[in-house]
Amino acid sequence: MSRTMLVWCPDWPVVAAGLVEGVSVHEPVAILAANRVVACSVAARAEGVRGGLRKREAQSRCPHLVVLEDDPARDARAFEPVVAAVEELAAGVEVIRPGSCALAARGPSRYFGSEAAAAERIVEHVAQSCLVEAQVGVAEGAFAAGLAARTGRLVKPGETPAFLAGIDIAALDRPELVDLLRRLGVGTLGAFAALPAADVLGRFGLDAVLAHRLAAGRDERPLAARRPPPDLDVGQTFDEPLERVDAAAFAARQLAERLHERLAGHGLACTRLGIAAVTEHGAELHRTWRHDGLLTAAGIADRVRWQLDGWLARTGRRPGAIVRLRLYPDGVVEYAGFQLGLWGDAGEERDRAHRALTRVQGMLGPDAVVTGALVGGRDPGDRIRLVPWGDERPDPATEPWPGRLPEPAPASVPREPLPVEVFDGAGAPVRLAARLGITGEPAGLSFVGPPAAAARPAQPPAVVEPSAVVEPSAVVEPITGWAGPWPVDERWWAPEEASPRVRFQVCLADGRALLLTLTSGLWSVTGVYE
Amino acid sequence: MAKIFTLRRPTDVADLVRSHGLTGLVRPASAHVPHPDGVGERILPVLPELRGLFPAGGLRRGSTVLVGGSTSLLLSLLTSASSAGSWCAVVGMPDLGLVAAAEFGIALGRLALVPDPGPDWPAVVAALLDGIDVVVAAPPGPVPVALAGRLAARARQRGGVLVPYGRWTGADVVLEATAGGWSGLGRGRGRLCRHELVVSRRGRGAAALPRQAVVWIPRLGCVDPPGLGCVDPPGDLGRLHPLQGEQASKISRSPGQVGAVA
Repeated sequence: MSRTMLVWCPDWPVVAAGLVEGVSVHEPVAILAANRVVACSVAARAEGVRGGLRKREAQSRCPHLVVLEDDPARDARAFEPVVAAVEELAAGVEVIRPGSCALAARGPSRYFGSEAAAAERIVEHVAQSCLVEAQVGVAEGAFAAGLAARTGRLVKPGETPAFLAGIDIAALDRPELVDLLRRLGVGTLGAFAALPAADVLGRFGLDAVLAHRLAAGRDERPLAARRPPPDLDVGQTFDEPLERVDAAAFAARQLAERLHERLAGHGLACTRLGIAAVTEHGAELHRTWRHDGLLTAAGIADRVRWQLDGWLARTGRRPGAIVRLRLYPDGVVEYAGFQLGLWGDAGEERDRAHRALTRVQGMLGPDAVVTGALVGGRDPGDRIRLVPWGDERPDPATEPWPGRLPEPAPASVPREPLPVEVFDGAGAPVRLAARLGITGEPAGLSFVGPPAAAARPAQPPAVVEPSAVVEPSAVVEPITGWAGPWPVDERWWAPEEASPRVRFQVCLADGRALLLTLTSGLWSVTGVYE
Repeated sequence: MAKIFTLRRPTDVADLVRSHGLTGLVRPASAHVPHPDGVGERILPVLPELRGLFPAGGLRRGSTVLVGGSTSLLLSLLTSASSAGSWCAVVGMPDLGLVAAAEFGIALGRLALVPDPGPDWPAVVAALLDGIDVVVAAPPGPVPVALAGRLAARARQRGGVLVPYGRWTGADVVLEATAGGWSGLGRGRGRLCRHELVVSRRGRGAAALPRQAVVWIPRLGCVDPPGLGCVDPPGDLGRLHPLQGEQASKISRSPGQVGAVA
């Protein structure tokens, strides 16, 4: 089992409040969560404040107690510089919780000569760089090291079980189990560890077995070392300060390409771009650009150029020439789009297509370029969802949809259904009768309004007139074949959304086939098979 | 040591080929057709039924192919190219049935639509030709000859295939659905099941000779009546003959299976 070194900052919530909120940690301070004290300063403890007290009770024991609300985010934020300070001396630091972090003892102890020297060095460095008091404990396993750090002990190799044996059972941090064990007469970790593991499992369950292993000094979980985030910033200092926009744009393009290359190397893309500049007068300018899609190299360069243009051309208080420029990706997402496909086909062609489509989006707006995605639905129009180019496409619907129209689907689906009227052999309009019957056999069809181009007879292209022409609507076209009615009663539970309807397929004499829908006595064309 | 043949007459070649058992393997250079490897380079594939309509055996990059009369014909033209990995775009066709496109085998993820390009549609088409392999353009009205020529030149320069749908002048190949009909629908029974599309070709250059082909949609059977041959490989379906009376009545008796109530 590996020797673990644990850096522990006592009363961390209080220290963090002192660092962030500026309260004096030498005064009596208590941190409350849900009206109970979770941490208090040394001065407060001396006045009798303990963890678990109610706010009123704590204030009655110490009237001048400063009370602060618990904020785990504040604790974590304030702890980050401490972790960074430890990382300066040793690699592979795992944050256990705000206030304590663990690292493998082997590296620093060899580097600094001994575990004691390493511990001393770390405590000193944390105190110097963060003004935070820390204690270090070394033992086998993070659990034992944590207990050792409470007293600042360096447990000798192999003595961890003996060290743990004398410690109170409450150190397990499992209140229910501890309470039960106490009533059974088990008061120390050593007494708990002496129980047979199989019996512990049978009597107390799986979690107790984990506690049992900890109590016996067999904390075998390896440290999950924190990996420092990759440094993605790019920056450049200019020997000749940038005064003109074109020179700035040239620099921006180079920086943008470097940033893009660095991001691509990590398989990332950038959604928010931070631009920071230092001017010759020492002023720092800073702006964040947001982008809904992914910023490409050209997109980054454009934004940097616009920003520099804005800064350099600013009227009134001119910030002066720019001596240093830095780009940092503020929001990054994983993006595999820069990687070539396995067979080499997805790369260049897809990039070209992306560029062309993005350009059309720039001309017409982002919603003007769409791709279709198959979703669940019963009518051909319902089964397609149009997704703006660049947005995430929904997963294809694989579930069966009863009531779906059979293949093949109509090749044209009018956006707005075209109103038509259907007549039977005697010339009377066809309507739906009771129990899905129809009042007559469909024999003829006439377009009520101006027929759209999609519903026009198949003709050579040279003869097709523009769609502005309105044809007389009295022409009744004979129906040679029909099938239906196929009912759909969707959303009957929501009266305002319900659309009970029946569908028909009809063939016209000229070879066309139509999908007709009959809704509350109105016929319309919802699909053209052509 | 290899014997060196001196070939003087065409009959020498024929004799040589026959004597070495190479019949069917050796062809004169004039009969050379682009190798399938070359298809991805300069020629985009089309369905086997339509292959005979194109002098190059497929959609030649840089060419203009006018399609008219049938949206199904348009979709069947895009099918093979799209499933082979090409990108397609359709400009100005808000009514295009995408479910049908998916049934044809077109990859919807690589089919970009610009339903409402507005008055500046030529600029949109030109921008798309920069990066998309097949661009379908349905102009809202008559297209001036000069504009058609400019867009065709853009396609030629960028290596895309421009497919106008509607009125156009100066296309290399003109495909029209001249006749067609649906089978499977009776009077009050059956369902639309199979679409026969007769495609005729006009054009210029090597495509000037009029030709016809028959496309059946869907290509693989949606119903399975005996004798229709739905088990045939897809390549043979294009040569299927129209249904005759007895078969047609068999299909029309097949149950509709669609009347489920939600």
